Amino acid sequence: MVKVFIYPATSLILSDMVARFGHEPIGSALGIRERIQTPGFESPPLQITPEEPKKGLKWAAVEVPSGVRGRMAIYGPLIEQSEAAIIIREAEFAFGCMGCARTNELIQFSLRHRGIPVLDLEYPSSDEEGIAFVAAIREFLAGLAKEGQA
Amino acid sequence: MTEKVRIAQLSCGPEYSGVQKEIDEAAAMVDAEIFFPDIMLADVRKGFEEFGLDVRSPDLKLAIARARALVDGRIDADAVFIATCFRCAEAAIVRNELRRYIHENSDLPVVSYSFTERTTAGTLLTRMEALTTIARRRALLARERQEGITMGIDSGSSTTKAVVMKDNEIVGTGWLPTTEVVRSAEGVVELALQEAGLKIGDIEAIGTTGYGRYLIGKHFNADLIQEELTVNSKGAVYLAGAQHGPATVIDIGGMDNKAISVQDGIPGTFTMGGICAGASGRFLEMTAKRLGIDITELGPLAMKGVGNHVPMNSYCIVFGTQSLVNALAAGSTREDVAAAACHSVAEQVFEQQLQEVDIKEPVIMVGGTSLIQGLVYAMGQLLQTEIVVPHHSQYIGAVGSALLASGFVRGE
Repeated sequence: MVKVFIYPATSLILSDMVARFGHEPIGSALGIRERIQTPGFESPPLQITPEEPKKGLKWAAVEVPSGVRGRMAIYGPLIEQSEAAIIIREAEFAFGCMGCARTNELIQFSLRHRGIPVLDLEYPSSDEEGIAFVAAIREFLAGLAKEGQA
Repeated sequence: MTEKVRIAQLSCGPEYSGVQKEIDEAAAMVDAEIFFPDIMLADVRKGFEEFGLDVRSPDLKLAIARARALVDGRIDADAVFIATCFRCAEAAIVRNELRRYIHENSDLPVVSYSFTERTTAGTLLTRMEALTTIARRRALLARERQEGITMGIDSGSSTTKAVVMKDNEIVGTGWLPTTEVVRSAEGVVELALQEAGLKIGDIEAIGTTGYGRYLIGKHFNADLIQEELTVNSKGAVYLAGAQHGPATVIDIGGMDNKAISVQDGIPGTFTMGGICAGASGRFLEMTAKRLGIDITELGPLAMKGVGNHVPMNSYCIVFGTQSLVNALAAGSTREDVAAAACHSVAEQVFEQQLQEVDIKEPVIMVGGTSLIQGLVYAMGQLLQTEIVVPHHSQYIGAVGSALLASGFVRGE
C-alpha cells in the first residue's frame, strides 16, 4: 500500500479510486479532519488559527499571501508524507475544487519535485477520454503496487 | 433591538489565514451578521464566464458569481464586504473590479479589505460600522441642514476637535492635541463652548467620532456615536456645498487615511488604509520637527520648494526619515525637503488608496493635513484636478457629528 497524494485534494472520486486499488489517498479530508478533531483549535469553520500562516512559512516565504501559507500548513505535511501523486489538471468544479490558484501551483510544483512517482493527467472532456483517463489512473496505481512489492 | 444588518462576504483566503473569526467578531460588534451568498454550481460557471474576468482561483470565481447573484437581486443583503489576502495580485484585481461592479450596479454599500493573518476585529470595526450605518441610517445621512444647538466631538489619534453648531452655523470651535482622551475632549468642549458663549446645558444633542468615540461618547452621554467614514463624508460635502451628486473625500489622518466615494452625501465605496505610517500626517509632523518648524509652517515652506529635487519615495516612516536626513546632509534646501515630504505622502495615498475608489469631482480634502498647502498642491498635481479645501476642514469629524446629531434634537 502506497500513500498517494491526490490533486485536486478535495476530489472524492479520486480518493475513492485510490482506495479501491488498495492504496491510501492523501487529500484534504485528512488535513481538515485533524483540525476539526484536535481539541484546542478554536477558529470555525476550518479550525484554523493565525498560527497556520506562520507554520506555512516552511513551504512559502513571508512575501506570499497569508491564505497561501495557511493552506500550505494543511497540505505541506501531507505532501511530505506522500509516496506517489496523481495530478489532474484543469479539473471540473464538481470533480474537486481547491480555492487558491497560487497555492495550487505551489502544491503541484512541490509534488513534481519530490522525486516520487507522479501521474500528470488532463481532465477528460469526452467519453473516450474519460475511459482512457480511468485506465491511466488504474495502470498507475497498479504499477505502484508492483513497485511496493519489489 | 434593531434587526441585524446582513453583510454578504465575498472573499478568498480568510478562513485559511485564520482571520474569519475576526471578521465575524467585527460584524457582531456592530450588530451585523456576515453570511456567504448561497449559489448553485451552475451559477458559479455562468457567473464568472459572463463577468468576463477569467481568473485562475476557484475561490475568486466563486466570489465573482456571488457578486453577480447580489447585483441580480437573487440574494438578499444589506451590505457587501470584500476580503482577500494582502499581497495577492489576482485577488487585488478581483477585489477592485467587484467593488466597482457592485457600486455601479446596485445600491449596496461595499467595502473591501486586504488582510494578513494579523488582522484583528478591532482593525475591521470602523469599516463594519460604516457599512451598517449606511445600511441602517440612510435617513439620518440624508440630513442636509443642522438644526438647534448641537455639538460634535472628534477624538482623533493626533488631535481632538469640538464644534458647536447653531441653526446651521458653526459658532464655536476647540482644538487640542490628543493626550489623555477624556481630558483632551473636556478641554476642546470647554474651548468650543467659550467661543460660542454657551453652556453645556444649552447643547441639545451631542455626536462623537474618531478613535476615542466610544469612551468620550459615554463620558458626555452622546446621542450619536459614529465612526469617522460616514461622519467625515457627510461633513465634507456639507462644508463644501456638494451635498448633491458625486464627490470624493480624501482625509489624510495622523494614523490612517480615508478615501471615500460619495453620492448625494452617502458614502458608496471607501478605503481606509495606511499600510505604513510613511503615508500619513504623522510623517509630515515628523518632517516638520526635523526641519525645526511648526507643522503649520510646513505647507508654506513646501510651496517654496521643488519636490523632485529630493529623492524620497519611501513606503515606511523609518526609511522616509532616512531619505529626509540624507537629503539634508547632502545639502538639499529645507524648502525642497518639505516639498518632497508632501509629495511623497500624496503619492503614496494616490497609489495605495485612490486607485481603489472612483475619483469623481469635486475632490474634497479634509482633516488637519488639508491645511498643509504643499500636500494639497501635490495631491492636485497627481490627480490633475483642483482640490477643494472647505473652510473649517480641520474640524470635519466634529462638524459631521454635530450635523448628524441634530437628527436627535427632535427625536428623529
